Amino acid sequence: MEHTSLIERILRGLALTLVVIFFMFPILWIFMMSFQTNETILRIPPQLIFEPTLANYTALITGKLMTAAGTLDIAFMRNLWNSVFLSVTSVAVSLLLGVPAAYAFARHKFRGSEDIAFTLLSFKFAPALLVLLPLTLYFQKLGLANTYIGLIWVYQLICLPLILWIVRGYFEDIPADIEYAYRIGGHSWFATFRKIALPLAGPGIAAAGLLAFIFAWNNFVFALVLASADKQPVTVGALAFITSSGIQYGQISAAIVLSITPTLALALYAQRYLVEGLSLGAVKG
Amino acid sequence: MTAATTHRAGPSGFRISKRVLPYVLSLPALLVCIGILIPFLTSVVYSFQRYRLSQPWARQFNWGDNYISFFTDPKFWNTLKVSLLYAGTTVVLELLLGLAIAMLLQKRSTLNNFISIMLLMPLMTAPALAALMWKLMTNPGFGVLSYLASLIGLHDFRWASSPSTALFTVVLVDIWVYTPFIMILLLAGLRSLPTQPFEAAALDGVPRSFVFFRITLPMLTPYILTATLFRLLDSIQQFDIIYAMTQGGPGDTLTVFQVEAYLNFFQSTNVGRSAALMIILWAITYFLSNIFIKNWLRLRERARGQA
Repeated sequence: MEHTSLIERILRGLALTLVVIFFMFPILWIFMMSFQTNETILRIPPQLIFEPTLANYTALITGKLMTAAGTLDIAFMRNLWNSVFLSVTSVAVSLLLGVPAAYAFARHKFRGSEDIAFTLLSFKFAPALLVLLPLTLYFQKLGLANTYIGLIWVYQLICLPLILWIVRGYFEDIPADIEYAYRIGGHSWFATFRKIALPLAGPGIAAAGLLAFIFAWNNFVFALVLASADKQPVTVGALAFITSSGIQYGQISAAIVLSITPTLALALYAQRYLVEGLSLGAVKG
Repeated sequence: MTAATTHRAGPSGFRISKRVLPYVLSLPALLVCIGILIPFLTSVVYSFQRYRLSQPWARQFNWGDNYISFFTDPKFWNTLKVSLLYAGTTVVLELLLGLAIAMLLQKRSTLNNFISIMLLMPLMTAPALAALMWKLMTNPGFGVLSYLASLIGLHDFRWASSPSTALFTVVLVDIWVYTPFIMILLLAGLRSLPTQPFEAAALDGVPRSFVFFRITLPMLTPYILTATLFRLLDSIQQFDIIYAMTQGGPGDTLTVFQVEAYLNFFQSTNVGRSAALMIILWAITYFLSNIFIKNWLRLRERARGQA
């Protein structure tokens, strides 16, 4: 490789350090705040050394917050459960609907297939509220307002395009000859799909599922518009928490930490597939 | 004859003809598609109506009135201005920063790979929660960033609660969340470039700036275009960060399209105006996404070819 002078290496190191500080500091700081009492948080200058406490987490998990004014109920665990339930179910439904469709789009060039695939893709780029605002009125009429079923259906807007386009790419990468050979052996298309195509596209399907989970978990606007308190996921719940509890900064930080941990952990686990997933298969990592 | 037909039906008991099969497979996805197209069409209808939830009796078609009134409505022009300013600033800054970081991390080494994975964490944080994190850090009472600002002489820096710095603050959060997106795409692009042109240039002693502008940038252009358009499409529709941080305030400083439509719908219950705003935003994104999809397809073909 090219020669790099000492000054250049120092400058590069400095620049990288600044980059790492800028992007890591907020996460680290909130993490630290979540182990502090309100008194240490409110101290100025901000404390780097403090006696860590688990009180914020116990308050969240038991749902009871002792304040000077009395006990405050926090429904945060409910929000956390809603997030888990909504994301897992939405991804499962998306996989059931999306994987067969992705296979059809990859293997059979039928009339209208590209149009349908692109219509689905265009949903990803259309403004969410364009669809959500009329939906609130429809949901009230249909009795779907503030139900898990209604939310899971709308979450398909996030998950389905992602799964369809990523998995389709993986199916296209499987040579069609392998499938022909198996079918000539007298197996039905379903057996071929199940025994050949699905296992070969397996890693891609898993990656697409993980990504769809992350996006469903991180979604904010869908539940903000369509769900009331008892069905809200963490993204909306944390905002409501700030407004209702006002000054419980330690608990708010702990709630944020609990809310972002699952997606961060999954992202680290699936990082190999992130590039491909984030670009909907346009760039390979 | 009967025996023959039964036999043909195969072990699974039924057989779907080859022509119908793909339709059957994609039908469920198609139904979801249609379920989403209906509210979209409803939005179009609403946008041509005088429709306020508070006055349901006065609901009637006023045809283009919602749109025509935008021309003389300073609030609309403010929405358009803030949305474009937000999208433009975030995308340009994230592109420059993302490209710079990608180039710093280009060489494959354990440290560089580790840093590039760490930098993904902001991107995987829900934007609404990211906004809350920054809200805590910029709290005028105890926020660590407010404290740091006071150390460098900015004593009454109000971050998102002052009209003069609110845009700066939300742009900063957007940069924090989404720069890694551009970085990771461009890093993948940089690492996939062929090495020969760079080796040849190094051999000939070509200056580095020349290599960057004449070799790296042109070869990276499809990646830059895809990443930029991806971000532009997202950024002009930004809702989560702005709503979680300031709910469009202070005043109407940050009423970008989606925030303004949300407030119109739920606060002033003006469904007609809200729908018309969304249709205009949709027209903008439709135009952008058409350019985007062409580019994205080209890149996708190339990625498939390399696979």
